[in-house]
Amino acid sequence: MSTDYLKTDITSLHDDLVNKKTTAAQLAADTLAAIDSKDKKTNAFITVAPEVAEKQAAAADEKGIGAADTLAGIPIALKDNIITNGVKTTAASKILNNFIPVYDATVATRLQQAGAVLVGKTNLDEFAMGSSTENSHYGNTHNAWALDRVPGGSSGGSAAAVAAGEVVAALGSDTGGSIRQPAAFNGIFGIKPTYGRVSRWGLIAFGSSLDQIGVLTRRVKDSAIVLQQIAGHDDNDDTSLPDPVPDYLAALDGNIKGMRIAIPEEYLGEGVAQGVRDVIEKAVDTLKKLGATVDTVSLPHTKYAVPTYYLIASSEASSNLQRFDGIRYGYRAEDVKNLEDVYVRSRSEGFGDEVKRRIMLGTFSLSAGFYDAYFNKAAKVRHLIQDDFTNVFADYDLIVGPTTPTPAFKIGEKVDDPVTMYMNDILTIPANLAGIPAASVPAGLVDGLPVGLQLMAKPLGEATIFKTADAFERTTEFYKQVPTAMKGDN
Amino acid sequence: MIDRDQVAHVAGLAKLQFTDQELTAFTKQMEDIMAMADQLNEVDVGDTTPLYQVTDLKNVFREDKPVLWQTRDQLLENVPEKQNGLIKVPSILDNGEGEA
Repeated sequence: MSTDYLKTDITSLHDDLVNKKTTAAQLAADTLAAIDSKDKKTNAFITVAPEVAEKQAAAADEKGIGAADTLAGIPIALKDNIITNGVKTTAASKILNNFIPVYDATVATRLQQAGAVLVGKTNLDEFAMGSSTENSHYGNTHNAWALDRVPGGSSGGSAAAVAAGEVVAALGSDTGGSIRQPAAFNGIFGIKPTYGRVSRWGLIAFGSSLDQIGVLTRRVKDSAIVLQQIAGHDDNDDTSLPDPVPDYLAALDGNIKGMRIAIPEEYLGEGVAQGVRDVIEKAVDTLKKLGATVDTVSLPHTKYAVPTYYLIASSEASSNLQRFDGIRYGYRAEDVKNLEDVYVRSRSEGFGDEVKRRIMLGTFSLSAGFYDAYFNKAAKVRHLIQDDFTNVFADYDLIVGPTTPTPAFKIGEKVDDPVTMYMNDILTIPANLAGIPAASVPAGLVDGLPVGLQLMAKPLGEATIFKTADAFERTTEFYKQVPTAMKGDN
Repeated sequence: MIDRDQVAHVAGLAKLQFTDQELTAFTKQMEDIMAMADQLNEVDVGDTTPLYQVTDLKNVFREDKPVLWQTRDQLLENVPEKQNGLIKVPSILDNGEGEA
C-alpha cells in the first residue's frame, strides 16, 4: 500500500489531493488495503464498506478537490453506534444484527457534505456501555500497542483503527470517557466536545444528558479539522447549542505563554498508578516550560463521580433502550406465544449482560420508592460536581491530569467484575457530568504502554484544549512512534 | 440492599427474563453496584437542586410544519414481519401451545 497513515496527516493528504499527487479513489483503495491487512490484528471494524467508500471517493474526484475542501477525499471511519444510510449499524449488539438505517446521522451528513469518504463502522462495547470493547457481540478489539490488552472503550474500535494506521481519523462517542480513555490506551488524541456542541441526531442513544460525539486522530490538528466540520447547531437536535463554531485552526499557534492551568489533587491520588503519575508530572513540567502557570487545586466531589454517573447514565439508558422491543426493527425472538413474549424474549436474547445490568440498575433507581434515594440524589451530587468545576474555572483556563488511573489492562482481566471496571472511568466521568469539553493527548509510555494527559476546559473551550494539546504535541512528538504491535507491518 | 426477589421484580419491569442461575449472578453483581451507589449517602447535598441537563437551553421551539422525509416503504424496511404494508405482531392474548 502506498499511503501510510502512521507517517502522514490530513493536511498532507489534502495537499496531495489538491496537487493531484493522489486521488480520492487511490486513498480509498489504500485505506481498504490497510484495513484488510491490519484489522486481522486489531479487529477494529464491525463493517467495512468498500462499495460506499469507492462511490463517495469517485464523487469527490469527480467534483474536484480545491484548497478550501479540507476533508474532501479523506477516508474516515465511524463508530458503529452512529447510523449510516444503507450501511448496517449494530451498536455492537445482537439486537441490531440486521439493522440497516434508512437515514444518516447529522455527523455523517456533514462529513459527506465536506466530501469525506466513509470506509466503515468500528467496534465498541454494546450500546457504548463499557470501558474495554469486550462487551461487543462481534468479538474483542485489540490494543495497537499490545494485542493481548484491551483498546479501552467504548470507542475501542475507532481508537485502535487510528492507532494502527487503518484510517487517519474516526468518530467516536463519549458518555463517561468513551473517546478519551481508548485514545489514552492507544496513544492517540481524542476529544469529547462540550455537551451539545455536536448534534446527537442519529447517534444511538445511551445516556442522553451525557452523550457527545467527538473525534479520534493521531494529530491534534486533524482533530480540529474534523470537529470544525461536524460541530454546530442542528435543528434535529434540540439540545445542540446555538453558539457559532469558532475557527479552531486559528488557535494552533503553539503559544501557551500565560495559560493558567490547574491540576486537581484528587487526580493524582493513591488509585493512580505510580508510572502514570510520573508521566503526568513530566507532562506538567513540559507545560510549565512552554510558559503555562500550574497550580494544584481541589475538585472535592471527584470520588462520588462514579456512583453518580452509573445511576444517571443507567437510568437514562433504561429509558432509551425501551425502544428495542422486536417490533419495528432489530432482532425478534422466534416461536413466541404472544406480544408480551415478543418483548421479553427479544430483549433477553438480544441484549448482552452488561446492557442488561445497566437496564436493571436504571430501572431500579427510577422505580417507585427508590427514585429520590438514588436517581434524584445522584442528580443533586451531579450539581455539586459541576459546581466544583465552575469554581476552578473562575481562576483557570484549563484543568489537567491523567486520563486513566492505569495504562491498558489485559483482555479478560476485569470483565467479570463490574465495579472494578466502572472505577476505571473515575477521571473521565466528571467532564460528562459537568458537560465540559475534555480531551486526551498522548504523554508518554509506561512499560511500553501509552499514557494520556487529560485536558478539560470550560464550556465551549475546545479552542483552548486544541491550542494546548497542539503546543504539547509539538514538544513531545509522540505521533512519530509506531505502536509496538504494528511494527514491521508497513 | 437489593435481594433476589427485588431483582426479579425489576427484571419484570424492564421486560427481561433470567434463568435461576443468571438471577443468582445478577443479584450478586447488583448488590455490589448498589453498595457503590450507597456511597452517595455520605454526601450532604443540603438544598442543592438536582441537575438533569447541563445546557442552559429552555423550551426550544420550532415551527410545526410537515416535511417530506421518508416513504412508508423505507420506514418498513427493517420490520421483522410485515403484511400489506403493516407491521405484523403475534396475538396480544396467549394463543397457548401449538397454535400458529
